[in-house]
Amino acid sequence: MAESEFTQEIRPPKNTIGVLPWIKENLFSSWYNTLLTVIALGILFFLLKGVFTWAFTEAKWEVIPANLQLFAIGAYPIAEVWRVWIVLYTVCALIGLSGGIWGGLTLRFAVGIGGCGIVCAFLSMGISTLGWAIRAWVLGGVALLAALLFLGTRSVSVFPKIRRWVLVGWLLSFPWTLIMLRGFGKNAVLTTNWGGLLLTLILAAVGICFCFPLGVLLALGRRSTLPVVKWVSTAYIEIVRGVPLITILFMAQIVIPIFMSDNIRLDKVLRAMLGITLFSAAYMAENVRGGLQSIPRGQYEAAQAVGLNYPLTMLFIVLPQALRSVIPAIVGQFIALFKDTSLVTIVGLLDLLGIAKTVIANPDWLGLQAEVYIFVAAIYFVFSYSMSYVSQRIEEALGVGKI
Amino acid sequence: MSTLENATNDPIIVCEDVHKWFDDFHVLKGVTTSFRKGERAVICGPSGSGKSTFIRTLNRLEEHQRGKIVVDGIELTNDLRNIDLIRREVGMVFQQFNLFPHLTNLQNITLGPIRVRKMPKSEAESVALALLERVDIADQAEKYPAEISGGQQQRVAIARALAMEPKIMLFDEPTSALDPEMITEVLDVMRELAHSGMTMLVVTHEMGFAREVADRVLFFDEGLIVEEAAPAEFFDNPQHERTKLFISQTLQH
Ligand SMILES: Nc1ncnc2c1ncn2[C@@H]1O[C@H](COP(=O)(O)OP(=O)(O)OP(=O)(O)O)[C@@H](O)[C@H]1O
Ligand SMILES: [Mg+2]
Repeated sequence: MAESEFTQEIRPPKNTIGVLPWIKENLFSSWYNTLLTVIALGILFFLLKGVFTWAFTEAKWEVIPANLQLFAIGAYPIAEVWRVWIVLYTVCALIGLSGGIWGGLTLRFAVGIGGCGIVCAFLSMGISTLGWAIRAWVLGGVALLAALLFLGTRSVSVFPKIRRWVLVGWLLSFPWTLIMLRGFGKNAVLTTNWGGLLLTLILAAVGICFCFPLGVLLALGRRSTLPVVKWVSTAYIEIVRGVPLITILFMAQIVIPIFMSDNIRLDKVLRAMLGITLFSAAYMAENVRGGLQSIPRGQYEAAQAVGLNYPLTMLFIVLPQALRSVIPAIVGQFIALFKDTSLVTIVGLLDLLGIAKTVIANPDWLGLQAEVYIFVAAIYFVFSYSMSYVSQRIEEALGVGKI
Repeated sequence: MSTLENATNDPIIVCEDVHKWFDDFHVLKGVTTSFRKGERAVICGPSGSGKSTFIRTLNRLEEHQRGKIVVDGIELTNDLRNIDLIRREVGMVFQQFNLFPHLTNLQNITLGPIRVRKMPKSEAESVALALLERVDIADQAEKYPAEISGGQQQRVAIARALAMEPKIMLFDEPTSALDPEMITEVLDVMRELAHSGMTMLVVTHEMGFAREVADRVLFFDEGLIVEEAAPAEFFDNPQHERTKLFISQTLQH
């Protein structure tokens, strides 16, 4: 009937088109577009041809598997490597539990990590004798993650407080990691032996997790109505932002010990952590402040009118909105921090980049800079891009109800 | 005919010679008045006359610099404890709603009771749902403020204020940002609230509402109360020239 025709819902027109029409429309729509496409394709072809010929015929990739252990853990003694595995297992357990408990994005993250683990287990391992042991360890970690993920999904309804405990677990995982990796007594692994990706990740994780809260506090401090708090925060932020990270790392290594009495010797890695954290916190503070400024006065007033005091207003009204609006800037800061950890080579720590340099300097692997640096760059890229990807997903997940 | 049936004789808000400056700009120039428990007062006056500033001093969103304000027996001073106590007693509804955009409508309402009154979450939620029922939008509980109309947002805002069980409700032009067809739905809610015995101070240009609901109309001009009277008296027999002018201008529209 005519009436039902009118009440029928009208769907929006589909704007997907086939591959060929797309190519025609976007690449060959006119004679000069066609010309540009052809030229671009030509250039691309020659570039890629060069890269591929080099990568598959000339490059000596053996240098990577042969030094995999160095790249992974630096000079960490192989007899004590079980400590690293225990740390990794702790993290796997926490990721699995969190994924199970919170679901959603956390769950997808946990599954992603598990997937990466499985892929790693099937990659070829250069260290042939150890290869199978490593595979077993990795798969064990994935199994642990999966088991705790399952346990997590089951436990929420039975034991709701588990969320709090897992958060406490994450907090404790920092000291636990440091203590576990170092150990005590005659088997202790001094931090001077920590290296490679292990050191890079530890520096980055500590830096990220501590510069964030510190940055938030500094940002709030800078906007405080108490003059002392305000001036101290402002001065700190401006001074630190006016100094290059390298200078701060040098100061942390050389100046801090001058002020310390001789019997307290602050660990070298700890000093680097301190330097990186304090440096990034200043930038973090400015990012957060940008977010704070975007919150209209009406939000503060409504919160006050409902009876919330300053800490509650910040915690439940202002910070959630302010931080959400600056997620891209914050994650950019995290990525910068992650890459900046490579500066610790200058003060004599052998992080991933530092190890790369020692490998290149080894006469056995003379002239293989390109291979080594490309490998290291790829690792930095994978981690940086993962952070960027996760942040995009977080933004999407938090986009609900946003004006 | 409006009546005084609600109002008792106990004053719940007392203002004596209240002054307020923004930098050098003298906004409130000695406001003296009092409001009784259960009274419904409408405050009107030309733009910039200090109406908003005045009711915002009553819950310390603005600080007065001279004079004395006593709300429910508590004097407003810089003592933070007093301010916290008073904000529990006084609810406020804003012209721009000021809902929290990152929280659902239900969470907007339960936040105060849970965090300030330490009410268990389940109890706070049932209170909130009852309030949403009362303002006639129970079906919007799980939506975010951006997903509902202005009139609905303002009703959520009223529910949010009521959830703290205030003794006094302040309204600062609650319908001025709304399209005409939504004004009625908000005024209906306020009317119902007025009949429930709530002490209400309403800044508004809705003269029909004032005539029907108010016990008293206060006319502000240049930081002073120029005239105050029962609505019938106020509208039909204004005493001051400025009041007459204002009424004739407002009623023209
Ligand atoms: N935070 C502020 N800083 C400086 N001046 C202000 C501030 N808030 C208000 N004023 C000024 O104080 C005067 C009174 O403002 P108020 O908002 O109380 O007026 P109002 O009677 O509510 O007017 P309207 O009907 O436009 O809302 C105005 O001239 C305004 O410009
Ligand atoms: Mg106003």
